[in-house]
Amino acid sequence: MKPFILRWAALLLATLLSPPTWAQTERFTLANGLTVIVQPDRRAPTAVHMLWVRAGSMDEVDGTSGVAHVLEHMMFKGTPTVAPGEYSRRVAALGGTHNAFTSRDATVYHQQVPSDQVLAVMALEADRFANNQWSDDEFRREIEVIKEERRQRVEESPRARMYEAYTAQVFLASPYRRPIIGWMSDIESLTPVDVRAFHRQWYVPANAAVVVAGDVDPQQVRVWAEQTYGRIPARAVPERKPRVEPPQQGPRRLEYRARAEQALVTLGWKVPQLRDLAATDADTQDALALTLLASVLDGYNGARLGRALVQGEGGQRLADSVDAGYGLLGRGPQLFSLTGVPAPGVSVDQLADALRAQLRRVAEHGVTEAELQRVKTQWRASEVYKLDSVVNQARELGSYWLNGWGVDAGERLMQRLMAVTPAQVQSVAQRLFDDRQLSVGVLVPEAKP
Amino acid sequence: MKAMKMYGALALTLAMTAQGALAALPIEQWTHSSGARVYLVSSPAIPMLDVSVDVDAGSRRDPAGQAGLARATASMLSKGVRAADGQPALDENALAEAWLDIGAQFGASASSDRMSFSLRTLTEPALLERAVALAARQMAQPAFPADVWARERERSLAALREADTRPGTHAGRAFAAAVYQGHPYGAQTTAQTLLAIGVNDMTAFYRQQVMACGARISLVGAVDRATADRIASRLLAAIVPHGCRSQPPVPEVAPLAAAKDERIPFAAAQAQVLLGQPGMRRDDPAFLTLLVGNHILGAGGFTSRLMDEVREKRGLTYGVYSNFSPGRHAGAFTVSLTTRPDQAEAALALSREVVARFVAEGPTEAELQVAKDALIKGFALRLDSNRKLLDNVVNIAWNDLPLDYLDTWTTQVAAVTADDIRRAFQRVLAPQRMVSVIVGGKAP
Repeated sequence: MKPFILRWAALLLATLLSPPTWAQTERFTLANGLTVIVQPDRRAPTAVHMLWVRAGSMDEVDGTSGVAHVLEHMMFKGTPTVAPGEYSRRVAALGGTHNAFTSRDATVYHQQVPSDQVLAVMALEADRFANNQWSDDEFRREIEVIKEERRQRVEESPRARMYEAYTAQVFLASPYRRPIIGWMSDIESLTPVDVRAFHRQWYVPANAAVVVAGDVDPQQVRVWAEQTYGRIPARAVPERKPRVEPPQQGPRRLEYRARAEQALVTLGWKVPQLRDLAATDADTQDALALTLLASVLDGYNGARLGRALVQGEGGQRLADSVDAGYGLLGRGPQLFSLTGVPAPGVSVDQLADALRAQLRRVAEHGVTEAELQRVKTQWRASEVYKLDSVVNQARELGSYWLNGWGVDAGERLMQRLMAVTPAQVQSVAQRLFDDRQLSVGVLVPEAKP
Repeated sequence: MKAMKMYGALALTLAMTAQGALAALPIEQWTHSSGARVYLVSSPAIPMLDVSVDVDAGSRRDPAGQAGLARATASMLSKGVRAADGQPALDENALAEAWLDIGAQFGASASSDRMSFSLRTLTEPALLERAVALAARQMAQPAFPADVWARERERSLAALREADTRPGTHAGRAFAAAVYQGHPYGAQTTAQTLLAIGVNDMTAFYRQQVMACGARISLVGAVDRATADRIASRLLAAIVPHGCRSQPPVPEVAPLAAAKDERIPFAAAQAQVLLGQPGMRRDDPAFLTLLVGNHILGAGGFTSRLMDEVREKRGLTYGVYSNFSPGRHAGAFTVSLTTRPDQAEAALALSREVVARFVAEGPTEAELQVAKDALIKGFALRLDSNRKLLDNVVNIAWNDLPLDYLDTWTTQVAAVTADDIRRAFQRVLAPQRMVSVIVGGKAP
């Protein structure tokens, strides 16, 4: 009975999924090299404007970690024509909201505005992209804010501190080893010159993309982009040092002691990632299969990890929570991770063994067609729900650009994931989880700091 | 750790259109035979539907000694259904799989005032039919299995012990106890109250509190009125058998008689600072005036007074916010920040001074204009997705607001004066009688 329902539902969902594509996504490049991507969605008179700069914490060097994020803060501190704090006031006066974030791979600035104000935010963003300027005094005050931000996000969170230490051990040469927010001593010793230099180096039109999604006309956006960003002179994007992570040749283990009640263990393997959506080589196939593997293990309520370890199906309950994660894409090397918080009375080693046993189970017995179908059905439905959020669509388009992919990447990725077979999932579970590639991180609770 | 870090938690949520281009939000409203009120916004662009069912079964109705019952009941609602009407029982996993197989999502949650059931589904008729049937089954026949509760309670107890190692937990508890002085809004879920909750209590609470007659059902999506009415009827049929009784009144939150300063030692990298007192009820006639005023004081992101004084001018914190939490009763007005331990007293004193000055003097005309521009021109941002439309419809439904509430919102905001704000803040807040809490502070 069940397989029939599954097929039936999947079939039904498949027919739905050439859903209401709004007008076509458009992409063009300005003469100075800046990429512009426009996604019309006419449901409401609003729009999202995002500026993606392909410069994140991975573009930093030792001693100035955190500079990408500090620059993100300083971008709100003005230009020759916009006083400190004025940027936020102007966006608010347009009826807009704004924010920004820094990741390993990029720095992103975004605003949501009534659609008749898109030109105004494009002008503001282009101005600070080209002309960001502030006094050393502003910088000194903002550094104190950023130190508080680090205390709030990292120093006050044992798990965040443990992940920071763990990541620094997983990667040796890759700049992914440094925390996005930066080491405290680097933040403390950062100078205005460091920050201005990072801006000059990386905020180059050909190293950035503008994504506009919402109630806009692509041709109009092109004209506005030329009037604003188009005036910024072209410059060469600096050469990037590859800083390739050397092959790992044996397991690593980090213990981190901190005041906590619950322990935590994370197992991360270096695995292939998706680089080219059209490629058919082994690494690409493996990356797609790893995505399904992560979902089969932990992609839904009652998936394998939760059922076996948190519910304790057919045995002892070993975990209070579990997680499987895989970084499918990114500019730097990616991990496949299994993480768990042990149940009371369970040791981290016991839990780590149990997590690995779940991988072995897939390696030995494979996964069922029904499990894969379930994951795929969920994804198909989420493709429809995704249309409700213009912000998410803009974010997705930006991240595809970041990875060098086209505007149709979402659809193409979905097609390729749908083609993954149970045999492929079993095969990656058999081949890719060698101890040599493994890094273990353990948070060990201590009663007193 | 996920790769993204946000610049500021500036969840700036208020916003409207000057042109009134979006004016009438076409809400259809009718009353079901059970007494439940149904609200519909037909939004045909995407073949999907969001439904929210809201009932007066929030944690304010937790029995004494069983704080956490409403939330536990809501979370256990997805842990299985009993066999009924010829259909077999489903355990938590079978239930989760049943939802996955139709690409739909269903969940229940509880806040201080209400229990909410939410359904998101595609509207292809066969899928919609199955989703509504499954949701109705879940609402009608929750199994509340004892073994699953034993497990979930064990996890909750472990999470409570973990939370006890964090200074923010202690700050929140001390603040709630001092502000609410025994009112259910301030009740804390502890190991003791969790251990006092059994699955029989959940069954009883669910049957007693979750009643159709006071329910509100809000629907936003690609359905017409006839379909919406059928969906509402099927969901309500699940809880109609619970009967219809009037519920005992819950007392109001008492105003504070005097200021109270709590200093709790804690070894931490940052001190947690809270300042506040009972605030306003949602039906306060000056609700919008207080909202606009608070936008200026501490909710408007970088343009707010608190952020300007405490963060921008002095670099004392990453973020400082002021909040009202209006509900059936006067939820707390709260100013919150974190800072280096030796700066905690200074940051608190400064925040206190900013609040006191705002209450005494109100905003400047310039500040008021900035806030109005942001709120009025940004109105369309409140309504630009089905998810946001649903939030607005639920707000109207739950708080018995007029159906044209959103149509008149900009006009009402535009009419607020600086004097109105000053008077409303003076009526609601008493800066000389506030609770202050610092956990983990240190002498400079």
